[in-house]
Amino acid sequence: MAHADLISSATLTDPQPFVIAGHEFRSRLMVGTGKYASNAQMIEAIEASGAEVVTVAVRRVDLDRSKDEAILHHLDPDHFFLLANTAGCFNASDAIRYARLARAAGFNEWVKLEVIGDQQTLLPDTIGLLDATKALTDEGFKVLAYTNDDLVTALKLEDAGAVAVMPLASPIGSGLGMLNPYAIRTIKARLSVPVIVDAGVGTASDACVVMEQGVDGILMNTGIAAAQDPVRMAAAMRLAVEAGRHAYLAGRMPRREVAVPSSPTTGMLGS
Amino acid sequence: MSEAVAGEVVVKVNGKERRMPDGWSLADLLASLEIDARTVVVERNGTILRDRSSFASVELVADDSLEIVHFVGGG
Repeated sequence: MAHADLISSATLTDPQPFVIAGHEFRSRLMVGTGKYASNAQMIEAIEASGAEVVTVAVRRVDLDRSKDEAILHHLDPDHFFLLANTAGCFNASDAIRYARLARAAGFNEWVKLEVIGDQQTLLPDTIGLLDATKALTDEGFKVLAYTNDDLVTALKLEDAGAVAVMPLASPIGSGLGMLNPYAIRTIKARLSVPVIVDAGVGTASDACVVMEQGVDGILMNTGIAAAQDPVRMAAAMRLAVEAGRHAYLAGRMPRREVAVPSSPTTGMLGS
Repeated sequence: MSEAVAGEVVVKVNGKERRMPDGWSLADLLASLEIDARTVVVERNGTILRDRSSFASVELVADDSLEIVHFVGGG
């Protein structure tokens, strides 16, 4: 099914370009490449999302060739910005090793740094994350640090050299949406580097509400890949990110606890 | 490590032991595995081998431990 008709051409301009470490990106939506039913579906979904930054994982080559896992046969590195992650790493030294292997692939020195601290929740080990951020920054990496929605950790990651901080909306793959908008807004208000919400977005309204907090971007994978129709959801996410961004820029009306009529109260019949 | 027979060496590749002819280079191993060197990164005994053009001159020796990795789908 063709979804091209679902993809909007953004006619509104954004006064602020989306820039990380001096590199301007064309989309505020970044997407992962995991969990798709097929590589063809993954490519179609990524195209529909309009994303430029695409995350990939580093794993052993399957020497028995039981699966077609290599992703670069399908993703054109000239068209997408490959952002390797350290998913699955549970300590700083493993994450550093994976980041080095990813950089040796020769595309760029950027890494989405994950140091996971708990198997059940996949919440980050913020101490290991800080250590790895410092070490990799010293080695010339551009570190985008996946973290929880804790302001103090986010500030420390920025101090440690992270070029972007990526607080979660909710746990990886949970689809619970943003659990703490206050924390996300506070992090965005206090950091100078871009804030990109990573993980937990389950549907388009989640993405929209996240962007309405004023963050710079969103990274998601399961919210698209685990939808019944991933390609259509990718297009919906694209629209939601744009809508949320423009709503943020537009500035929402104040909330009121009482009704205020929208129509004139004067000129009523019989008055 | 299993015992090597004459003319063979045993090296560990992605966590599994493999026997190969004595004197094989890393390029020989990759060719035998039908792996295009341009699509992978190889770590030998904990050190990343950055120069792919040198793979033909990297001779594999007994007890080498190789990790051959690539990019796969992930989020």
